Amino acid sequence: MEQIRAIWRYGIKVGIIGGIVLILMSLIGIIEVFTKRQVIADFISMGHVLYLAAGLFVCYMAAKRTKPAKPLWVISSSFFAGLTTTFFLVLLIILGRYINLRMMFINASDLLLNNLLTFGVEGNSGMLLLLYVGMFTGLITGLFYLLPNVVRTVILWSLAGLVFAGVLQDLFRSILTNNFPDIISEWLLTSDGLTMKGAFAIFIIIALVIISWSIKGEGIKQGWQNLPKKQQLTWRTVGTIILLVIILVAPWRLGLFMSEVLTIVGLYVLLGLGLNIVVGYAGLLDLGYVAFFAIGAYVTALITSPEIMNLNWSLWAAIPFAIFFGILAGVLLGVPVLKMRGDYLAIATMGFGEIIRLLVLSDALRPFLGGSQGIGKIAKPQILGFVFKGPQEIYYLIIAGCMLVIFVSWRLKDSRIGRAWKAMREDEDVAQAMGINLVSNKLLAFGTGAGFAALSGVIFGSKIGSIYPHSFNIMVSINIVCLIIFGGIGSIPGVIVGAAALIGLPELLREFAEYRFLVYGIALVVMMLIRPEGLWPEEAHKRELHEGTAKEATG
Amino acid sequence: MAVDGLDIEIEEKTIHSVIGPNGAGKTTFFNCITGFYKPEAGEILLENHSLVGLMPDRIVRLGIARTYQNIRLFPDLTAIENVLVGMHAHLKSSYLGIILNTPFVKKEEQDAEDEANRLLKFVNLEAKANMLSKHLPYGDQRRLEIARALATRPKLLCLDEPTAGMNSGETQAMCDFIQSLRDDLGITIMLIEHQMRVVMGISEIITVLDYGKKLAEGTPDEIKRNPKVIEAYLGQGSAAQAH
Repeated sequence: MEQIRAIWRYGIKVGIIGGIVLILMSLIGIIEVFTKRQVIADFISMGHVLYLAAGLFVCYMAAKRTKPAKPLWVISSSFFAGLTTTFFLVLLIILGRYINLRMMFINASDLLLNNLLTFGVEGNSGMLLLLYVGMFTGLITGLFYLLPNVVRTVILWSLAGLVFAGVLQDLFRSILTNNFPDIISEWLLTSDGLTMKGAFAIFIIIALVIISWSIKGEGIKQGWQNLPKKQQLTWRTVGTIILLVIILVAPWRLGLFMSEVLTIVGLYVLLGLGLNIVVGYAGLLDLGYVAFFAIGAYVTALITSPEIMNLNWSLWAAIPFAIFFGILAGVLLGVPVLKMRGDYLAIATMGFGEIIRLLVLSDALRPFLGGSQGIGKIAKPQILGFVFKGPQEIYYLIIAGCMLVIFVSWRLKDSRIGRAWKAMREDEDVAQAMGINLVSNKLLAFGTGAGFAALSGVIFGSKIGSIYPHSFNIMVSINIVCLIIFGGIGSIPGVIVGAAALIGLPELLREFAEYRFLVYGIALVVMMLIRPEGLWPEEAHKRELHEGTAKEATG
Repeated sequence: MAVDGLDIEIEEKTIHSVIGPNGAGKTTFFNCITGFYKPEAGEILLENHSLVGLMPDRIVRLGIARTYQNIRLFPDLTAIENVLVGMHAHLKSSYLGIILNTPFVKKEEQDAEDEANRLLKFVNLEAKANMLSKHLPYGDQRRLEIARALATRPKLLCLDEPTAGMNSGETQAMCDFIQSLRDDLGITIMLIEHQMRVVMGISEIITVLDYGKKLAEGTPDEIKRNPKVIEAYLGQGSAAQAH
């Protein structure tokens, strides 16, 4: 009796939630779209990986929640969670036979319902198979949950790594074919998906790395700490030089497509670092940040393009002007919103962003700003005859910009001004009572952030050659805020990681495009739940954790 | 009207307490001095400089620092960062200087860090310099807040119920500490306090407020014997105890 109640509570209830989630995933079409990409060639597609992963997660949650965690109870709740989940899917399939679901859900295709959801087996036997898969998944997950922690970690990370490799196969393919003999890439990858041998190899390699790290890792860390300071410094320098070399040769070793992705990520790193000063350091939530990006790009266009003003200056001459006008706009926007806090500030700045976009779009200003036609023929930068024309060359410009901006952010971070910003973020009134002039420090933050955005705008304009108002809509601002939160608010490496994850990954996975914001939303919610400080949080927190453990160790 | 027709003179290097029942206008009075509220009428003078209408950050620079009744540290900054923020007004590094990390900026930062460490040591927190202030125990937070106020190099330090929520041992330690601020650092101290034992023990002059007006002023002994005070303040307290 007791056990039946547990099955209901932990198994079937979780299964119902899982069933609903999976039905939603099917009906929004994400599974069908993703089946177009193979993870392991002729074996499993990304859609099915997603489908199975969701199912596994449901069963795992059921197993994890079961209390008391007796083996039999765990397995049975996981089993019933799997069965219930698939039962809901079977209901969906049956429903699809009698009612035309496509009236409302255009993604509920025949292919999805009668083939993809049932792993390619059609008809009634397909539904039966689906139920069997549910039960089997539940059993396996239950057993998996009972394994020792270490084994679970190794298997999970290896599987995750394998899926990651499969999903990012384009990246690996371009790295492998450009840098290593063809035989390696042929052995690992087919034209679509990993080979079976390759998949096994990757799984085993990751597992071995994790196992050896868990055995040797502590020793290596200890050894590193015991190294004399001088040697540590030399190794660090060597590491930095290697990293620099990799960064510098990357576009030529990765090919055109990857360079393009890297330049986009780089532009967002520039933007992110600028907004990080405003939002992360000074705590001023600015949702109109794209305006400064637009101002940078438009000033560049006006100065360098033969259209409209016909000045035809070089791009280098445009940079100081663009940054100057960016900073000026930042300060001018700052003045009216000085007294605003929190939500009010966010809305006011959002309005400012839209005003700038509507101004450049307007017919009244068309003779000066090009209206919806935009401005074309923006100059490409040159040094001594070397023209930065394609993404592989522009990349260097962006790297230089990023280095500059990282350097400035880093210097400001722990300075008198950086501390004043952080104090304002924590408590504006008290900051003022400590002698911090709110007006000048806020304007300094707005100005610095806007300057970075304008620099980004210069490079953006020159990269794409012609600019249009619709490139500067509010979604750019929202994207930047998201990547900052995702990476870790106020953290410089966090911005880079956030840009790579939220901007780079979707570029690599073109299928994502449609679901980009859905995935953003889910990613942010999950992040807030399990790791609210972000992927790579600010150092103060780490520093403190470190000291906490040190104290425990001695005390 | 929370404070009305109040006339207080604070002698240099005294410990001057302001007491009064709840809602008597003590904290409002503090907020007027430190620039958070602007008085509708009247004057506030610091060494013959008028403070009325100045922003709080200007007033701190002139030499009045404060702490808060409910501790208001910068929770996500470390202890030493909190103190360094207090020094903000006395540091002169410019924006460009910081980015170029000029020798002047380097030296100033080093000196500031040394001074912050010295202040932390003074309040017995040197071992916890790198802890986030929100993770410090209550008593440490109180002392850190005072260290942060001291970092502004005040002539007058306004303490708003520094012993609130402390047990008798901690309260005694805080009293000794406040006295050492005056004796060792020569800072004038104005104190809002509820606990009579603290007030009577360390103050040289006491001002009693009631309904925003000054009820009495004098040495602890005079206040203890003042019939108006006994009626309005102590009397109320003893009446409450009788219930």
